[in-house]
Amino acid sequence: MIMTETNNNPTNAANGAAPVIDIRGLCKSFGKNNTVLKGVNLTLAPGENLVVLGKSGSGKSITIKCLVGLEVADKGEIIIFGTDISAMDSATLDAARVRIGFLFQNSALYDSMSVRENLEFPLKRHSKNLTRFQLENAVKETLDSVGLLEAIDKMPAELSGGMRKRIGLARTLVLKPEIILYDEPTTGLDPITSREISELILTLQKKHKTSSIIITHDMACAKLTADRIVILKDGVICAEGSYDSLETSKDEWVQSFFI
Amino acid sequence: MVAHLKSIFNDAGKITLFTNRFFKELFLPPYEIKEFTKQCYIIGYKSLPLVSITGFIMGLVLTLQSRPTLADFGAESWLPGMVALSLIREIAPVITALICAGKISSGIGAELGSMKVTQQIDAMEVSAINPYKYLVVTRILATTFMIPVLVIFADAVGIFGGYVGINIHDDVNMFRYLAQVLSSIDFIDIIPATIKTFFFGFFIGLIGCYKGFTAANGTESVGKAATSAVVATSLTIFIIDMLAVQLTDIFF
Repeated sequence: MIMTETNNNPTNAANGAAPVIDIRGLCKSFGKNNTVLKGVNLTLAPGENLVVLGKSGSGKSITIKCLVGLEVADKGEIIIFGTDISAMDSATLDAARVRIGFLFQNSALYDSMSVRENLEFPLKRHSKNLTRFQLENAVKETLDSVGLLEAIDKMPAELSGGMRKRIGLARTLVLKPEIILYDEPTTGLDPITSREISELILTLQKKHKTSSIIITHDMACAKLTADRIVILKDGVICAEGSYDSLETSKDEWVQSFFI
Repeated sequence: MVAHLKSIFNDAGKITLFTNRFFKELFLPPYEIKEFTKQCYIIGYKSLPLVSITGFIMGLVLTLQSRPTLADFGAESWLPGMVALSLIREIAPVITALICAGKISSGIGAELGSMKVTQQIDAMEVSAINPYKYLVVTRILATTFMIPVLVIFADAVGIFGGYVGINIHDDVNMFRYLAQVLSSIDFIDIIPATIKTFFFGFFIGLIGCYKGFTAANGTESVGKAATSAVVATSLTIFIIDMLAVQLTDIFF
């Protein structure tokens, strides 16, 4: 593995604090001949923005799906907030999921619900003591933080791609997660909207002090948001470092991401 | 052939596990009362126009088609009773269930299939919301309780259709017609026919949800989920009907 200098190494970034996510030897196959992950080791420090790069099909999305239990790992340990998720019962896993936000590639907004209902839906189930007034305030405050308060009564079908991403992000933020997993947050967006989304990720990370794993192919997004970058190749992490250090790497394959 | 049989048994196993999960989740909190009520409104109230038209036509056509044969035997006075019995025992439950298989089961299959493809079901799961409870349990319960109501409504509209059919050729008073209908039916005609509609409703919801919830990724699978839901539900309705008639024949 190519190791280069990082801006924000998990151990020194957190001033010695334990990582919020610690993945050890993660393996995942689909059928006999399709091994996607062959022993991924990854840590995420508190407050860190970790960008994961890799070719399509290299297992980036599968890695974060394993983190939230959408896919079950064949082998390896996934330790979140100090507990291995394979040892969690469904109630503990649900409690951990509330602390982890997940922004899907296509935003995955509930298309039968308005923007308001999309945000209220998780909130009503996990914050049962909220009054109607508090619920409304929480929804409006979150929408305001992504700059889309005016879209509160719109249906997802009425939103543009960039707006859908922002609303998806607002729905993720409404539960005030400690970790946010972004699955290609700028895919399918124009360069200006992509930059806006990347800046929003950075702003929200600073505001809410979240830790993030960002999967992307967008190098502008990676440059703007990454404290540390890891590159997946053939089911393992083949390079790790800061944007600047990887950009000047002598490895041809690593270089190909920065051209 | 072996592969085909294997796939049938595989499907049977999966749907059994899916059904087992329904009964497990049914009694566990939280109870999605609001979503259940919404589904009852969509499945029950919104199907009323379709069921009304179908029921009325069934009663009318059955009367018009049976009348000449009964007239040959001079037994026209049996027409109200015969139409009511045919409708209550067999025609209204089966036709209403088939209509609902086409409208509701395919609708559920397509809706859940598209939610699966667009990762909305995954989004619920990562928000620690049980999608099975919210989407599947509520829909199966709603179909189980609403289909019998729709069938009873179709019975009533069908009997009214029979009244209109008779009055095309004769002049029969409504009260006399209803008196003849009521004198020819018994609770033994109504109860087994109503019990089987709960099973029709259960399977309409179950198969629609199963096909949608287990749809593969890709938009093509949404169409497949909807189509296969209608086909499987229609076949299941006929099988349940055959079993119900056999059991009724044995016990009553």
